[in-house]
Amino acid sequence: MPRITYIQPDGTEQCVEVADGVSVMHAALASGVSGILAECGGAASCATCHVYVDAAFSERVGPCGEDEDAMLDCTASARTSLSRLSCQIEMSDELDGLIVHLPEAQA
Amino acid sequence: MSGVVIVGAGQAAAQAALSLRDGGYQAPVTLVGEESEQPYQRPPLSKAYMLGKADEAALRVRQPDLYAAQDIRVVTGERVEAIDRASRRVSLACGGELAYDHLILATGARNRALPVRGADLDGVFMLRTLEDARRLRARLTTARRAVVVGAGFIGLEFAAVAAKSGCAVEVIEAAERVMARAVSPFMSVFFAQAHRDMGVVFHFAEGVLAITGADGEAAEVHTTSGRRVAADLVVVGIGVIPNVELAEAAGLATGNGICTDADLLTSDPSISAIGDCASSPSPFADGPVRIESVQNATDQARAVARRLCGRPAPYGAVPWFWSDQGAHKLQIAGLGRPDDETLVLGDPSTGRFSVCRFHRGRLACVESVNRAADHMAMRKLLQSGGTPSMEVVATPGFDLKAFVAALPTAA
Repeated sequence: MPRITYIQPDGTEQCVEVADGVSVMHAALASGVSGILAECGGAASCATCHVYVDAAFSERVGPCGEDEDAMLDCTASARTSLSRLSCQIEMSDELDGLIVHLPEAQA
Repeated sequence: MSGVVIVGAGQAAAQAALSLRDGGYQAPVTLVGEESEQPYQRPPLSKAYMLGKADEAALRVRQPDLYAAQDIRVVTGERVEAIDRASRRVSLACGGELAYDHLILATGARNRALPVRGADLDGVFMLRTLEDARRLRARLTTARRAVVVGAGFIGLEFAAVAAKSGCAVEVIEAAERVMARAVSPFMSVFFAQAHRDMGVVFHFAEGVLAITGADGEAAEVHTTSGRRVAADLVVVGIGVIPNVELAEAAGLATGNGICTDADLLTSDPSISAIGDCASSPSPFADGPVRIESVQNATDQARAVARRLCGRPAPYGAVPWFWSDQGAHKLQIAGLGRPDDETLVLGDPSTGRFSVCRFHRGRLACVESVNRAADHMAMRKLLQSGGTPSMEVVATPGFDLKAFVAALPTAA
């Protein structure tokens, strides 16, 4: 099962194991990782599951979709080249060990 | 300190509790919900959950143990029977009482029932709660012919899922078009065609007279035009009624919802109302509005929590909505009015376009299909208070995102 490490703005780390196909957003909610709101439930409609993908993984995670790109323009914390909506990243063995950094604010 | 009691345990209630703790509120916080569930999100019930793409754990607003960790008490399966405003206590159906310093009413809404013979047959469903959705999802696995009564968001979202799962779907709608209360006529035409392309059949300007069955199971829906539509599954989505009775019995002002001022306070300054049950002034409407949306629920919850944490500010969040129907993502920013003038951005034949709705010369609402950039730009524009003229929007090649980016106030 692939693993994800979430790093809070204060440096706190949480590592969780998830099943294939589970989104980085759902994995966070299921494991009690704070800092992800996901108000629209994963429909890429609210931009409250914003994360910064660790630079070491940005290539493997790949680019965001067109709609996601537009949503990322309205995140509460500043968008960077590493910004993604975690509801749009599905976990797979290829992403095992993924590190994402949580933003200061989601809303 | 008695703390805050929140009546309801839906998304508004949960957000209010979490935001109180985020804001440093120290006194007790208690949620009281009638359903036996921990707080969960309703929107996916008719979309991802119904499609089997999301499980129940994915619906939770937070993992249940997180509330205890934040010292938030969640009481489920319990009903608040009455509010004693003089002593600031609520009484519970179990016989207990809870004292409050401040009471937040997040009582939500309930589905409007179909008042016809046969509405209680097996196979006739409404969709609001997780329990409704569990039963409906199970039924959908064997259903062949689904009839949807009401072409609103819930009805259409379900129609799209049912069509995808191989059901023949017919929709009976009393109005002349789909989502008539929520979207422009242009958008209604687009979505009706999108659903027809998925195999959905519509009967507009028709009501339901009765549902008849065999052996207690729904079998036929009889309409006002004399039509008889065969069905082994009937889903009724004909709107909701705000749950105002508790407030009303306590002597609070109610109308189409529990009336609040711009600070979301009811006529009792120790009681707020938020979410689907609240009727509140909005800078984006001409009078009080009652809005059924996640955005409204969570933004109002945050606004009340901020006030109770000592940082009051009038509520004025930009209203926005979304609905996923088949391959189409509908996103709405702002509030439309029946007499709006409209302009279309993009080419509807590509399935990606936006309808711009103007009210008294101002861009008041943008309805986007698969064009999230327009949607997000409009949310920023409404926040900024700026507006392009109709002439500017009508200019060939007009780009809403570029227009908003160029505004000095909408950084």
